[in-house]
Amino acid sequence: MGLEPFETVVARYGPMVLRVCRAVVGPHAADDAWSETFLSALRAYPNLRPGSDVAAWLVTIAHRKAIDQLRGAARRPVPTDVVPERPSTTGQPGGWEADLWAALADLPLKQRECVAYHHLVGLPYAQVAEIVGGTPDAARRAAADGIAALRRSYLTPEEVKS
Amino acid sequence: MLAGLGPADGDTLRRLHERLAADASREHLLEVAYRTVDSPVGPLLLAATERGLLRVAFEREGHDLVLDRIARQVSPRILHDGHRLDAVARELDEYFAGRRRAFDLPLDLQLAHGFRRAVLDHLNEIAYGHTASYAAVAAAAGSPRAVRAVGSACARNPLPLVVPCHRVVKSDGSLGQYGGGPAAKSLLLALEGVTPPSP
Repeated sequence: MGLEPFETVVARYGPMVLRVCRAVVGPHAADDAWSETFLSALRAYPNLRPGSDVAAWLVTIAHRKAIDQLRGAARRPVPTDVVPERPSTTGQPGGWEADLWAALADLPLKQRECVAYHHLVGLPYAQVAEIVGGTPDAARRAAADGIAALRRSYLTPEEVKS
Repeated sequence: MLAGLGPADGDTLRRLHERLAADASREHLLEVAYRTVDSPVGPLLLAATERGLLRVAFEREGHDLVLDRIARQVSPRILHDGHRLDAVARELDEYFAGRRRAFDLPLDLQLAHGFRRAVLDHLNEIAYGHTASYAAVAAAAGSPRAVRAVGSACARNPLPLVVPCHRVVKSDGSLGQYGGGPAAKSLLLALEGVTPPSP
């Protein structure tokens, strides 16, 4: 048995990788992270052992790309001709769940990653730990802390703000 | 709670896919590009390497099966991408509209080996609107007794239509087999002005 056409991999896991990238690097940088992830995966694909856990493999690549991007973004000053945004009074512009992005962006990186890899992808904590480093218990704790923080800041923003 | 992160909308994913195909093509990582086109003989799968057209497949062959086989035999670096196949799609359109009598496309014949490959070379010598018998093609390929082998070379032609195996018929004038089915074969011959013999 050989490898499936790469197109099948993109079709099956493309949406999942996009959600992960959005959660970890934010909605705007996610497109670049997604593109770099799949281009890199395509390069390595012929050497992937048939029967491998493709979701975990892609998340490992996406993780490295996201880290590169976050480091790059921290080093680069960001020139902008867009004035800072003010809160919308008409719901979520563009359909983005803006509050959720803000809440995710406020989480420490490790918590964001563990939430994304476990809750969005469904990877067990042992695999999450292999990808982010540290022990499975630490990954479990980071994901739990992240979810708890999201519940406070995202689900009930009124209570937090008042 | 995380439902707000998705489902990723189709437009975004389509745009990202196009960008991936373009990036991969530029970095020579897109080893096989494919798309499908509609035609009078049903949907056709077209696949091409950087060298040229690799495969034309009828729907009855199972497009997914064909792609799986290409992944094993050529490369699993396969993506859907129209651009590389624009010229092929255009020439096929012109052929089906009766405005084109010969294809002018770079071909990648790596899926045909040995005697089969030699047969394909001779098929290209059968002009538009003409037919040749399996026996005549066998003789032209230098193996007059290999009539059955010519039949199987035609049946397994990786590039039907473009390499015109539909122009090979039985010595008694009946149509014989065709990868796209007998109806497709008689439709193509009728398109080229060949009157199909009555069975």
